[in-house]
Amino acid sequence: MAHFEKAKSLHDWLNQRLAVDAVRRVMATEYWIPKNINFLWAMGMILAVTFGLLLVSGIFLLMYYQPNVATAFDSVNYTIMKEVEFGWLWRHIHGVAASVVFLIIYIHMFTGIYYGSYKKGREMIWISGMLLFVTFSAEAFSGYMLPWGQMSYWAGMVITNLFAGGSLHADGLVEWIRGDYVPAQAFLNRFFMLHVLLLPLAILALIGLHFAALRIPHVNNQDGEEIDFEAEAAKYKAGDKAGSKVIAFANDFMSKDMMVVGIYLVFFFYLVFYHYGFAMDPVNFDPADGLKTPAHIYPEWYFLWSYEILRPFPTDPGLIAFGFAQVIFFLLPFLDRSPNAVPASRRGLFNVWFWVMLVDMIVLTAMGKLPPEGIFSTIGLVAAITFIVLWILLPFITKKEKEL
Amino acid sequence: MKDSSRRGFMGKAFGAVAGVGAVASLYAMKKSWDPLPSVKAAGFTTLDMSAYKENELVTEKWRGKPIFVLKYTADMLAKLTEQQKARSIMINGEGYLVNLGLCTHLGCIPSYNPDDKSFLCACHGGTYDYTGDVTKAPPPRGLDIPPFKVEGNTLVLGEEGPEYKNMKANGVTL
Ligand code: FES
Repeated sequence: MAHFEKAKSLHDWLNQRLAVDAVRRVMATEYWIPKNINFLWAMGMILAVTFGLLLVSGIFLLMYYQPNVATAFDSVNYTIMKEVEFGWLWRHIHGVAASVVFLIIYIHMFTGIYYGSYKKGREMIWISGMLLFVTFSAEAFSGYMLPWGQMSYWAGMVITNLFAGGSLHADGLVEWIRGDYVPAQAFLNRFFMLHVLLLPLAILALIGLHFAALRIPHVNNQDGEEIDFEAEAAKYKAGDKAGSKVIAFANDFMSKDMMVVGIYLVFFFYLVFYHYGFAMDPVNFDPADGLKTPAHIYPEWYFLWSYEILRPFPTDPGLIAFGFAQVIFFLLPFLDRSPNAVPASRRGLFNVWFWVMLVDMIVLTAMGKLPPEGIFSTIGLVAAITFIVLWILLPFITKKEKEL
Repeated sequence: MKDSSRRGFMGKAFGAVAGVGAVASLYAMKKSWDPLPSVKAAGFTTLDMSAYKENELVTEKWRGKPIFVLKYTADMLAKLTEQQKARSIMINGEGYLVNLGLCTHLGCIPSYNPDDKSFLCACHGGTYDYTGDVTKAPPPRGLDIPPFKVEGNTLVLGEEGPEYKNMKANGVTL
Protein backbone atom coordinates (compact mmCIF):
# COMPACT_ATOMS: atom_id res chain seq x y z
CA MET A 1 0.00 0.00 0.00
CA ALA A 2 1.95 2.90 1.33
CA HIS A 3 -0.19 5.26 -0.68
CA PHE A 4 -2.47 7.29 1.52
CA GLU A 5 -5.27 9.61 0.56
CA LYS A 6 -6.79 12.30 2.65
CA ALA A 7 -9.32 10.47 4.75
CA LYS A 8 -12.97 11.18 4.17
CA SER A 9 -14.02 9.99 7.61
CA LEU A 10 -12.65 8.46 10.79
CA HIS A 11 -13.62 5.05 9.43
CA ASP A 12 -11.73 5.74 6.22
CA TRP A 13 -8.72 7.01 8.19
CA LEU A 14 -8.63 3.79 10.22
CA ASN A 15 -9.34 1.67 7.20
CA GLN A 16 -6.24 2.99 5.44
CA ARG A 17 -4.13 2.16 8.46
CA LEU A 18 -5.73 -0.91 10.01
CA ALA A 19 -7.77 -2.43 7.17
CA VAL A 20 -10.78 -2.61 9.48
CA ASP A 21 -13.15 -3.55 6.67
CA ALA A 22 -11.03 -6.48 5.55
CA VAL A 23 -10.60 -7.71 9.11
CA ARG A 24 -14.33 -7.49 9.71
CA ARG A 25 -14.99 -9.49 6.57
CA VAL A 26 -12.56 -12.26 7.51
CA MET A 27 -13.58 -12.47 11.13
CA ALA A 28 -17.28 -11.77 11.01
CA THR A 29 -19.40 -11.00 7.99
CA GLU A 30 -17.74 -13.58 5.73
CA TYR A 31 -16.82 -16.12 8.33
CA TRP A 32 -19.19 -18.96 7.49
CA ILE A 33 -21.02 -21.08 10.00
CA PRO A 34 -23.11 -24.14 9.03
CA LYS A 35 -26.81 -23.74 9.68
CA ASN A 36 -27.47 -27.14 11.18
CA ILE A 37 -25.79 -26.80 14.52
CA ASN A 38 -27.60 -26.76 17.84
CA PHE A 39 -27.22 -24.88 21.09
CA LEU A 40 -24.34 -27.13 22.18
CA TRP A 41 -22.16 -25.25 19.73
CA ALA A 42 -22.70 -22.07 21.71
CA MET A 43 -20.52 -23.42 24.54
CA GLY A 44 -17.45 -21.83 22.95
CA MET A 45 -19.03 -18.42 23.17
CA ILE A 46 -20.19 -19.11 26.72
CA LEU A 47 -16.64 -20.03 27.64
CA ALA A 48 -15.32 -16.81 26.14
CA VAL A 49 -17.87 -14.81 28.14
CA THR A 50 -17.07 -16.71 31.35
CA PHE A 51 -13.37 -16.14 30.84
CA GLY A 52 -14.13 -12.44 30.47
CA LEU A 53 -16.03 -12.53 33.78
CA LEU A 54 -13.11 -14.26 35.46
CA LEU A 55 -10.70 -11.68 34.12
CA VAL A 56 -12.70 -8.65 35.23
CA SER A 57 -13.61 -10.01 38.66
CA GLY A 58 -10.02 -11.18 39.08
CA ILE A 59 -8.71 -7.68 38.45
CA PHE A 60 -10.91 -6.32 41.22
CA LEU A 61 -9.85 -9.05 43.65
CA LEU A 62 -6.23 -8.38 42.77
CA MET A 63 -6.49 -4.85 44.10
CA TYR A 64 -7.04 -6.03 47.68
CA TYR A 65 -5.60 -9.53 47.83
CA GLN A 66 -2.27 -9.86 49.69
CA PRO A 67 0.03 -12.74 48.72
CA ASN A 68 1.51 -13.21 52.17
CA VAL A 69 1.07 -16.26 54.39
CA ALA A 70 0.26 -14.05 57.35
CA THR A 71 -2.31 -11.83 55.66
CA ALA A 72 -3.67 -13.73 52.65
CA PHE A 73 -6.51 -15.41 54.52
CA ASP A 74 -7.78 -12.18 56.08
CA SER A 75 -7.33 -10.14 52.94
CA VAL A 76 -9.83 -12.47 51.28
CA ASN A 77 -12.19 -13.34 54.11
CA TYR A 78 -12.18 -10.03 55.89
CA THR A 79 -10.99 -7.20 53.64
CA ILE A 80 -12.58 -8.29 50.39
CA MET A 81 -15.68 -9.88 51.88
CA LYS A 82 -16.49 -7.33 54.57
CA GLU A 83 -14.69 -4.07 53.94
CA VAL A 84 -14.48 -3.54 50.21
CA GLU A 85 -17.82 -2.40 48.85
CA PHE A 86 -19.13 -5.07 46.49
CA GLY A 87 -15.99 -7.09 47.22
CA TRP A 88 -18.28 -10.08 47.89
CA LEU A 89 -19.68 -9.68 44.39
CA TRP A 90 -16.30 -10.02 42.70
CA ARG A 91 -15.36 -12.94 44.86
CA HIS A 92 -18.62 -14.77 44.24
CA ILE A 93 -18.42 -14.12 40.51
CA HIS A 94 -14.83 -15.33 40.48
CA GLY A 95 -15.54 -18.42 42.55
CA VAL A 96 -18.71 -19.42 40.74
CA ALA A 97 -17.19 -18.76 37.31
CA ALA A 98 -14.12 -20.84 38.17
CA SER A 99 -16.40 -23.76 38.95
CA VAL A 100 -18.95 -23.32 36.19
CA VAL A 101 -16.28 -22.82 33.55
CA PHE A 102 -15.31 -26.48 34.01
CA LEU A 103 -18.90 -27.63 33.65
CA ILE A 104 -19.06 -25.83 30.33
CA ILE A 105 -15.64 -27.11 29.27
CA TYR A 106 -16.78 -30.68 29.90
CA ILE A 107 -19.99 -30.11 27.93
CA HIS A 108 -17.91 -28.55 25.16
CA MET A 109 -15.53 -31.53 25.16
CA PHE A 110 -18.22 -34.17 25.17
CA THR A 111 -20.11 -32.34 22.42
CA GLY A 112 -16.93 -32.53 20.36
CA ILE A 113 -16.54 -36.23 21.10
CA TYR A 114 -20.19 -37.01 20.37
CA TYR A 115 -20.22 -35.30 16.98
CA GLY A 116 -16.69 -36.35 15.98
CA SER A 117 -15.52 -32.74 15.73
CA TYR A 118 -11.89 -33.76 16.34
CA LYS A 119 -11.58 -35.69 13.09
CA LYS A 120 -10.62 -35.14 9.51
CA GLY A 121 -8.50 -32.05 9.56
CA ARG A 122 -9.87 -30.79 12.87
CA GLU A 123 -7.20 -32.45 15.03
CA MET A 124 -5.57 -29.13 15.91
CA ILE A 125 -8.86 -27.78 17.22
CA TRP A 126 -9.03 -30.73 19.58
CA ILE A 127 -5.38 -30.59 20.64
CA SER A 128 -5.39 -26.84 21.25
CA GLY A 129 -8.63 -27.31 23.19
CA MET A 130 -7.03 -29.96 25.38
CA LEU A 131 -4.04 -27.69 25.97
CA LEU A 132 -6.54 -25.07 27.10
CA PHE A 133 -8.15 -27.58 29.43
CA VAL A 134 -4.81 -28.42 31.04
CA THR A 135 -3.84 -24.76 31.40
CA PHE A 136 -7.24 -23.95 32.88
CA SER A 137 -6.70 -26.78 35.36
CA ALA A 138 -3.37 -25.30 36.42
CA GLU A 139 -5.00 -21.87 36.61
CA ALA A 140 -7.80 -23.20 38.81
CA PHE A 141 -5.39 -25.06 41.06
CA SER A 142 -3.05 -22.09 41.53
CA GLY A 143 -6.04 -19.87 42.27
CA TYR A 144 -7.31 -22.34 44.84
CA MET A 145 -4.07 -21.86 46.78
CA LEU A 146 -4.42 -18.13 47.18
CA PRO A 147 -6.94 -17.74 50.06
CA TRP A 148 -4.45 -19.85 52.07
CA GLY A 149 -7.09 -21.84 53.93
CA GLN A 150 -6.76 -25.42 55.13
CA MET A 151 -7.83 -26.97 51.84
CA SER A 152 -5.51 -24.65 49.93
CA TYR A 153 -2.57 -25.69 52.03
CA TRP A 154 -3.24 -29.41 51.97
CA ALA A 155 -4.23 -29.52 48.33
CA GLY A 156 -0.93 -27.77 47.66
CA MET A 157 0.89 -30.32 49.79
CA VAL A 158 -0.72 -33.35 48.14
CA ILE A 159 -0.52 -32.14 44.55
CA THR A 160 3.11 -31.04 44.79
CA ASN A 161 3.96 -34.39 46.40
CA LEU A 162 2.76 -36.08 43.20
CA PHE A 163 5.85 -34.65 41.53
CA ALA A 164 8.07 -36.84 43.69
CA GLY A 165 7.04 -39.54 41.21
CA GLY A 166 6.18 -42.24 43.74
CA SER A 167 9.16 -44.46 44.44
CA LEU A 168 11.42 -42.24 42.36
CA HIS A 169 11.56 -40.03 45.48
CA ALA A 170 12.32 -36.86 43.60
CA ASP A 171 11.95 -34.90 46.83
CA GLY A 172 14.42 -32.32 45.55
CA LEU A 173 12.06 -31.58 42.67
CA VAL A 174 9.16 -31.15 45.09
CA GLU A 175 11.18 -28.79 47.26
CA TRP A 176 12.24 -26.91 44.15
CA ILE A 177 8.62 -26.44 43.07
CA ARG A 178 7.68 -25.26 46.55
CA GLY A 179 10.79 -23.22 47.20
CA ASP A 180 10.64 -24.64 50.73
CA TYR A 181 10.25 -27.94 52.55
CA VAL A 182 6.52 -27.36 52.86
CA PRO A 183 4.12 -24.95 51.15
CA ALA A 184 5.13 -21.58 52.63
CA GLN A 185 5.78 -18.00 51.59
CA ALA A 186 7.83 -18.78 48.48
CA PHE A 187 5.17 -21.23 47.39
CA LEU A 188 2.33 -18.75 47.85
CA ASN A 189 4.18 -16.02 45.97
CA ARG A 190 5.04 -18.13 42.99
CA PHE A 191 1.57 -19.61 42.69
CA PHE A 192 0.22 -16.08 42.89
CA MET A 193 2.49 -15.11 40.00
CA LEU A 194 1.38 -18.15 38.00
CA HIS A 195 -2.28 -17.42 38.67
CA VAL A 196 -2.32 -13.75 37.77
CA LEU A 197 0.34 -13.51 35.10
CA LEU A 198 1.99 -16.49 33.47
CA LEU A 199 -0.97 -18.83 33.16
CA PRO A 200 -3.45 -16.18 32.01
CA LEU A 201 -0.94 -15.16 29.33
CA ALA A 202 -0.68 -18.77 28.24
CA ILE A 203 -4.48 -19.07 28.23
CA LEU A 204 -4.87 -15.98 26.06
CA ALA A 205 -2.29 -17.30 23.60
CA LEU A 206 -4.00 -20.70 23.51
CA ILE A 207 -7.41 -19.15 22.95
CA GLY A 208 -5.86 -17.40 19.95
CA LEU A 209 -4.51 -20.73 18.71
CA HIS A 210 -7.83 -22.49 19.33
CA PHE A 211 -9.72 -19.90 17.26
CA ALA A 212 -7.08 -19.93 14.53
CA ALA A 213 -7.29 -23.73 14.38
CA LEU A 214 -11.02 -23.38 13.74
CA ARG A 215 -10.90 -20.70 11.05
CA ILE A 216 -9.58 -22.84 8.16
CA PRO A 217 -11.27 -26.27 8.63
CA HIS A 218 -14.46 -24.53 9.79
CA VAL A 219 -16.80 -25.70 12.46
CA ASN A 220 -18.32 -29.20 12.22
CA ASN A 221 -22.10 -29.66 12.11
CA GLN A 222 -24.81 -31.86 13.55
CA ASP A 223 -24.76 -34.38 10.70
CA GLY A 224 -21.02 -34.40 10.18
CA GLU A 225 -21.81 -33.33 6.65
CA GLU A 226 -18.86 -32.18 4.57
CA ILE A 227 -19.89 -28.74 3.38
CA ASP A 228 -18.32 -26.96 0.43
CA PHE A 229 -18.02 -23.67 2.27
CA GLU A 230 -17.00 -21.65 -0.77
CA ALA A 231 -19.89 -22.76 -2.93
CA GLU A 232 -22.39 -22.33 -0.12
CA ALA A 233 -20.97 -18.91 0.75
CA ALA A 234 -21.28 -17.84 -2.88
CA LYS A 235 -24.95 -18.87 -2.81
CA TYR A 236 -25.46 -16.89 0.37
CA LYS A 237 -23.77 -13.80 -1.04
CA ALA A 238 -25.78 -14.06 -4.23
CA GLY A 239 -28.89 -13.64 -2.11
CA ASP A 240 -30.03 -17.25 -1.79
CA LYS A 241 -29.90 -17.13 1.99
CA ALA A 242 -32.56 -19.78 2.43
CA GLY A 243 -30.92 -22.25 0.04
CA SER A 244 -27.40 -21.86 1.38
CA LYS A 245 -26.19 -24.28 4.00
CA VAL A 246 -24.16 -21.61 5.78
CA ILE A 247 -24.74 -18.25 7.35
CA ALA A 248 -22.43 -15.43 8.27
CA PHE A 249 -21.00 -15.48 11.77
CA ALA A 250 -21.95 -11.86 12.36
CA ASN A 251 -24.57 -10.75 12.80
CA ASP A 252 -26.70 -13.72 11.74
CA PHE A 253 -25.21 -16.55 13.73
CA MET A 254 -24.19 -14.34 16.64
CA SER A 255 -27.81 -13.58 17.40
CA LYS A 256 -28.41 -17.25 18.18
CA ASP A 257 -25.16 -17.58 20.13
CA MET A 258 -26.01 -14.54 22.17
CA MET A 259 -29.44 -15.82 23.02
CA VAL A 260 -27.90 -18.95 24.53
CA VAL A 261 -25.38 -16.76 26.33
CA GLY A 262 -28.25 -14.68 27.67
CA ILE A 263 -29.99 -17.73 29.15
CA TYR A 264 -26.68 -18.90 30.58
CA LEU A 265 -26.01 -15.55 32.23
CA VAL A 266 -29.38 -15.62 33.99
CA PHE A 267 -28.49 -19.05 35.38
CA PHE A 268 -24.97 -17.88 36.19
CA PHE A 269 -26.03 -14.83 38.19
CA TYR A 270 -28.71 -16.85 39.92
CA LEU A 271 -25.83 -18.98 41.24
CA VAL A 272 -23.73 -15.95 42.08
CA PHE A 273 -26.45 -14.33 44.16
CA TYR A 274 -28.24 -17.31 45.69
CA HIS A 275 -26.02 -20.40 45.52
CA TYR A 276 -22.42 -19.24 45.57
CA GLY A 277 -21.72 -21.64 48.44
CA PHE A 278 -21.31 -24.69 46.20
CA ALA A 279 -18.13 -23.19 44.75
CA MET A 280 -16.51 -22.64 48.13
CA ASP A 281 -15.20 -25.47 50.26
CA PRO A 282 -16.16 -25.06 53.93
CA VAL A 283 -12.77 -26.42 55.01
CA ASN A 284 -11.13 -23.51 53.27
CA PHE A 285 -12.70 -21.12 55.75
CA ASP A 286 -10.18 -22.35 58.34
CA PRO A 287 -6.78 -20.70 58.03
CA ALA A 288 -3.96 -22.93 56.77
CA ASP A 289 -2.37 -25.07 59.48
CA GLY A 290 0.66 -27.15 58.60
CA LEU A 291 0.26 -29.34 61.67
CA LYS A 292 -3.33 -30.44 61.15
CA THR A 293 -4.79 -32.32 58.19
CA PRO A 294 -8.49 -32.04 57.42
CA ALA A 295 -10.32 -35.37 57.79
CA HIS A 296 -10.80 -35.83 54.07
CA ILE A 297 -8.80 -34.17 51.37
CA TYR A 298 -10.56 -33.94 48.06
CA PRO A 299 -10.19 -31.55 45.17
CA GLU A 300 -12.93 -29.41 43.65
CA TRP A 301 -15.59 -31.40 41.79
CA TYR A 302 -14.02 -30.91 38.38
CA PHE A 303 -10.85 -32.78 39.32
CA LEU A 304 -12.58 -35.59 41.18
CA TRP A 305 -12.66 -38.05 38.29
CA SER A 306 -8.90 -37.96 37.74
CA TYR A 307 -8.27 -37.93 41.49
CA GLU A 308 -10.35 -41.09 41.80
CA ILE A 309 -8.27 -42.76 39.10
CA LEU A 310 -5.20 -42.15 41.28
CA ARG A 311 -6.71 -43.23 44.55
CA PRO A 312 -7.64 -46.93 44.44
CA PHE A 313 -4.19 -48.13 43.32
CA PRO A 314 -0.89 -48.42 45.20
CA THR A 315 1.36 -45.37 44.72
CA ASP A 316 3.24 -46.19 41.54
CA PRO A 317 0.47 -47.80 39.49
CA GLY A 318 -1.78 -45.01 40.80
CA LEU A 319 0.55 -42.35 39.49
CA ILE A 320 0.84 -44.09 36.15
CA ALA A 321 -2.96 -44.38 35.87
CA PHE A 322 -3.26 -40.72 36.85
CA GLY A 323 -0.70 -39.66 34.23
CA PHE A 324 -2.54 -41.80 31.68
CA ALA A 325 -5.82 -40.03 32.47
CA GLN A 326 -4.17 -36.64 32.01
CA VAL A 327 -2.76 -37.26 28.55
CA ILE A 328 -5.04 -39.82 26.94
CA PHE A 329 -7.69 -37.32 25.81
CA PHE A 330 -5.04 -35.58 23.71
CA LEU A 331 -4.68 -38.73 21.63
CA LEU A 332 -8.39 -39.10 20.87
CA PRO A 333 -8.11 -38.01 17.20
CA PHE A 334 -5.49 -40.69 16.64
CA LEU A 335 -7.04 -43.48 18.70
CA ASP A 336 -10.34 -43.14 16.89
CA ARG A 337 -9.57 -45.09 13.71
CA SER A 338 -12.95 -44.68 12.04
CA PRO A 339 -13.28 -42.32 9.08
CA ASN A 340 -16.83 -41.35 10.05
CA ALA A 341 -17.29 -37.85 11.43
CA VAL A 342 -20.95 -38.30 12.29
CA PRO A 343 -22.90 -38.21 15.55
CA ALA A 344 -22.16 -41.12 17.87
CA SER A 345 -25.78 -42.27 17.60
CA ARG A 346 -25.07 -43.43 14.03
CA ARG A 347 -21.77 -45.13 14.81
CA GLY A 348 -22.83 -48.37 16.46
CA LEU A 349 -20.32 -49.55 19.06
CA PHE A 350 -18.79 -46.11 19.40
CA ASN A 351 -22.16 -44.89 20.65
CA VAL A 352 -21.95 -47.43 23.46
CA TRP A 353 -18.34 -46.39 24.13
CA PHE A 354 -19.35 -42.74 24.36
CA TRP A 355 -22.14 -43.26 26.86
CA VAL A 356 -20.21 -45.74 28.98
CA MET A 357 -17.31 -43.27 29.13
CA LEU A 358 -19.62 -40.43 30.13
CA VAL A 359 -21.33 -42.47 32.86
CA ASP A 360 -17.98 -43.85 34.04
CA MET A 361 -16.61 -40.36 34.50
CA ILE A 362 -19.70 -39.34 36.47
CA VAL A 363 -19.27 -42.42 38.69
CA LEU A 364 -15.58 -41.58 39.18
CA THR A 365 -16.55 -38.03 40.11
CA ALA A 366 -19.05 -39.23 42.70
CA MET A 367 -16.64 -41.79 44.20
CA GLY A 368 -13.85 -39.24 44.32
CA LYS A 369 -15.92 -37.17 46.70
CA LEU A 370 -16.88 -40.03 49.00
CA PRO A 371 -14.51 -41.33 51.67
CA PRO A 372 -12.36 -44.21 50.36
CA GLU A 373 -13.96 -46.95 52.42
CA GLY A 374 -15.69 -50.25 51.83
CA ILE A 375 -17.98 -50.45 48.86
CA PHE A 376 -16.99 -46.99 47.64
CA SER A 377 -13.37 -47.95 47.09
CA THR A 378 -14.49 -51.06 45.23
CA ILE A 379 -16.77 -49.07 42.94
CA GLY A 380 -13.96 -46.54 42.48
CA LEU A 381 -11.50 -49.27 41.55
CA VAL A 382 -13.89 -50.80 39.02
CA ALA A 383 -14.64 -47.40 37.50
CA ALA A 384 -10.94 -46.51 37.27
CA ILE A 385 -10.17 -49.79 35.53
CA THR A 386 -13.17 -49.31 33.23
CA PHE A 387 -11.80 -45.91 32.24
CA ILE A 388 -8.44 -47.35 31.23
CA VAL A 389 -9.96 -50.35 29.47
CA LEU A 390 -12.30 -48.11 27.47
CA TRP A 391 -9.36 -46.20 26.06
CA ILE A 392 -7.50 -49.36 25.19
CA LEU A 393 -10.61 -50.67 23.39
CA LEU A 394 -11.22 -47.49 21.42
CA PRO A 395 -8.86 -48.16 18.47
CA PHE A 396 -10.22 -51.67 18.05
CA ILE A 397 -13.92 -50.86 18.06
CA THR A 398 -13.47 -47.84 15.80
CA LYS A 399 -11.29 -49.80 13.39
CA LYS A 400 -14.11 -52.29 12.92
CA GLU A 401 -16.65 -49.56 12.25
CA LYS A 402 -18.20 -49.65 8.78
CA GLU A 403 -17.65 -46.62 6.60
CA LEU A 404 -20.84 -44.59 6.28
CA MET B 1 27.50 -18.23 -3.32
CA LYS B 2 29.98 -16.20 -1.35
CA ASP B 3 27.14 -14.06 -0.11
CA SER B 4 25.02 -16.94 1.07
CA SER B 5 27.85 -18.61 2.94
CA ARG B 6 28.47 -15.32 4.71
CA ARG B 7 24.79 -15.27 5.73
CA GLY B 8 25.05 -18.85 6.77
CA PHE B 9 27.98 -18.00 8.98
CA MET B 10 26.14 -15.07 10.53
CA GLY B 11 23.17 -17.31 11.16
CA LYS B 12 25.31 -19.88 12.93
CA ALA B 13 27.15 -17.23 14.92
CA PHE B 14 23.83 -15.79 16.06
CA GLY B 15 22.59 -19.26 16.91
CA ALA B 16 25.65 -19.91 19.06
CA VAL B 17 25.31 -16.64 20.97
CA ALA B 18 21.57 -17.13 21.46
CA GLY B 19 22.11 -20.73 22.54
CA VAL B 20 24.63 -19.77 25.20
CA GLY B 21 22.28 -17.05 26.42
CA ALA B 22 19.32 -19.42 26.53
CA VAL B 23 21.17 -22.06 28.53
CA ALA B 24 22.53 -19.44 30.92
CA SER B 25 19.11 -17.92 31.53
CA LEU B 26 17.51 -21.33 32.04
CA TYR B 27 20.14 -22.01 34.68
CA ALA B 28 19.39 -18.67 36.34
CA MET B 29 15.66 -19.43 36.25
CA LYS B 30 16.18 -22.84 37.81
CA LYS B 31 18.32 -21.36 40.59
CA SER B 32 15.83 -18.56 41.26
CA TRP B 33 13.21 -21.15 42.13
CA ASP B 34 15.46 -22.96 44.60
CA PRO B 35 14.66 -22.59 48.32
CA LEU B 36 16.32 -19.49 49.78
CA PRO B 37 19.40 -19.88 52.00
CA SER B 38 17.42 -18.56 54.96
CA VAL B 39 14.90 -21.34 54.44
CA LYS B 40 17.61 -23.98 54.23
CA ALA B 41 19.42 -22.65 57.29
CA ALA B 42 16.39 -22.70 59.58
CA GLY B 43 17.17 -26.34 60.08
CA PHE B 44 17.67 -27.66 63.63
CA THR B 45 15.23 -28.49 66.40
CA THR B 46 16.25 -29.80 69.82
CA LEU B 47 13.85 -32.01 71.78
CA ASP B 48 14.08 -32.78 75.49
CA MET B 49 13.12 -36.44 75.53
CA SER B 50 12.42 -36.68 79.26
CA ALA B 51 9.34 -34.48 78.89
CA TYR B 52 7.17 -36.97 76.99
CA LYS B 53 4.46 -39.12 78.55
CA GLU B 54 3.90 -42.75 77.69
CA ASN B 55 1.55 -43.61 74.81
CA GLU B 56 0.70 -39.97 74.23
CA LEU B 57 1.47 -38.63 70.79
CA VAL B 58 3.09 -35.19 70.66
CA THR B 59 3.54 -33.31 67.41
CA GLU B 60 6.65 -31.17 67.18
CA LYS B 61 7.65 -28.95 64.28
CA TRP B 62 10.81 -29.21 62.22
CA ARG B 63 11.39 -27.46 58.88
CA GLY B 64 7.70 -26.59 58.82
CA LYS B 65 6.81 -30.26 58.94
CA PRO B 66 5.08 -32.10 61.77
CA ILE B 67 7.27 -34.55 63.72
CA PHE B 68 5.56 -37.29 65.72
CA VAL B 69 7.10 -38.20 69.06
CA LEU B 70 5.65 -41.14 70.94
CA LYS B 71 7.11 -42.69 74.08
CA TYR B 72 6.42 -46.42 74.37
CA THR B 73 4.93 -48.02 77.45
CA ALA B 74 6.87 -50.93 78.93
CA ASP B 75 4.34 -53.23 77.33
CA MET B 76 4.81 -51.70 73.87
CA LEU B 77 8.56 -51.90 74.28
CA ALA B 78 8.41 -55.56 75.21
CA LYS B 79 6.28 -56.46 72.21
CA LEU B 80 8.61 -55.00 69.56
CA THR B 81 9.59 -57.32 66.76
CA GLU B 82 13.10 -57.12 65.29
CA GLN B 83 11.85 -55.02 62.38
CA GLN B 84 10.02 -52.64 64.71
CA LYS B 85 13.06 -52.38 66.96
CA ALA B 86 15.10 -51.18 64.02
CA ARG B 87 12.70 -48.26 63.58
CA SER B 88 12.66 -47.22 67.24
CA ILE B 89 14.99 -44.83 68.99
CA MET B 90 16.36 -45.87 72.38
CA ILE B 91 17.33 -43.21 74.89
CA ASN B 92 18.30 -44.12 78.44
CA GLY B 93 16.49 -47.42 78.22
CA GLU B 94 13.25 -45.84 77.01
CA GLY B 95 11.85 -46.52 73.53
CA TYR B 96 10.51 -43.81 71.26
CA LEU B 97 8.96 -43.35 67.88
CA VAL B 98 10.27 -40.18 66.23
CA ASN B 99 8.80 -39.94 62.75
CA LEU B 100 7.93 -37.40 60.13
CA GLY B 101 4.20 -36.98 60.64
CA LEU B 102 3.43 -37.05 56.93
CA CYS B 103 1.93 -40.06 55.26
CA THR B 104 4.42 -41.57 52.81
CA HIS B 105 1.61 -41.91 50.32
CA LEU B 106 0.68 -38.33 49.51
CA GLY B 107 1.63 -36.40 52.59
CA CYS B 108 -1.47 -36.17 54.76
CA ILE B 109 -1.05 -36.23 58.53
CA PRO B 110 -2.14 -39.58 59.99
CA SER B 111 -3.88 -39.55 63.35
CA TYR B 112 -2.91 -41.70 66.35
CA ASN B 113 -5.35 -43.86 68.21
CA PRO B 114 -3.88 -44.58 71.68
CA ASP B 115 -6.35 -47.41 72.34
CA ASP B 116 -5.34 -49.76 69.56
CA LYS B 117 -1.94 -48.06 69.30
CA SER B 118 -1.94 -47.41 65.58
CA PHE B 119 -2.03 -44.57 63.09
CA LEU B 120 -4.74 -44.06 60.49
CA CYS B 121 -4.30 -41.81 57.48
CA ALA B 122 -7.83 -40.73 56.62
CA CYS B 123 -6.95 -39.53 53.12
CA HIS B 124 -6.78 -42.91 51.46
CA GLY B 125 -7.11 -45.23 54.40
CA GLY B 126 -3.44 -46.13 55.03
CA THR B 127 -2.54 -47.47 58.50
CA TYR B 128 0.68 -47.70 60.50
CA ASP B 129 1.60 -49.48 63.74
CA TYR B 130 2.95 -47.64 66.78
CA THR B 131 6.51 -47.74 65.44
CA GLY B 132 5.37 -46.01 62.28
CA ASP B 133 5.70 -49.11 60.14
CA VAL B 134 3.07 -49.42 57.43
CA THR B 135 0.40 -52.03 58.03
CA LYS B 136 -2.05 -51.23 55.24
CA ALA B 137 -1.47 -49.74 51.75
CA PRO B 138 -1.57 -47.35 49.88
CA PRO B 139 1.45 -45.94 51.74
CA PRO B 140 4.46 -47.62 50.14
CA ARG B 141 6.61 -47.66 53.31
CA GLY B 142 6.61 -46.77 56.95
CA LEU B 143 6.69 -43.18 58.12
CA ASP B 144 10.03 -41.56 57.40
CA ILE B 145 12.45 -40.88 60.23
CA PRO B 146 14.00 -37.42 60.18
CA PRO B 147 17.79 -37.06 60.50
CA PHE B 148 18.52 -37.10 64.25
CA LYS B 149 21.38 -37.23 66.70
CA VAL B 150 21.11 -38.44 70.29
CA GLU B 151 22.88 -36.21 72.80
CA GLY B 152 22.35 -37.46 76.34
CA ASN B 153 18.69 -36.87 77.09
CA THR B 154 18.07 -34.69 74.05
CA LEU B 155 17.51 -35.30 70.40
CA VAL B 156 18.72 -32.90 67.72
CA LEU B 157 16.68 -33.01 64.52
CA GLY B 158 18.46 -32.05 61.32
CA GLU B 159 21.80 -33.57 62.25
CA GLU B 160 22.78 -37.09 61.19
CA GLY B 161 24.00 -39.07 64.20
CA PRO B 162 25.45 -42.60 64.00
CA GLU B 163 22.10 -44.24 64.87
CA TYR B 164 20.42 -42.40 62.02
CA LYS B 165 23.19 -43.25 59.55
CA ASN B 166 22.77 -46.85 60.59
CA MET B 167 19.02 -46.78 59.93
CA LYS B 168 19.63 -45.25 56.53
CA ALA B 169 22.20 -47.86 55.61
CA ASN B 170 19.82 -50.65 56.68
CA GLY B 171 17.01 -49.23 54.58
CA VAL B 172 14.79 -48.49 57.58
CA THR B 173 14.28 -44.95 56.36
CA LEU B 174 15.13 -42.93 53.30
S1 FES C 1 -1.96 -39.68 51.93
FE1 FES C 1 -2.08 -41.16 53.50
S2 FES C 1 -3.08 -42.79 52.57
FE2 FES C 1 -2.87 -41.35 50.92
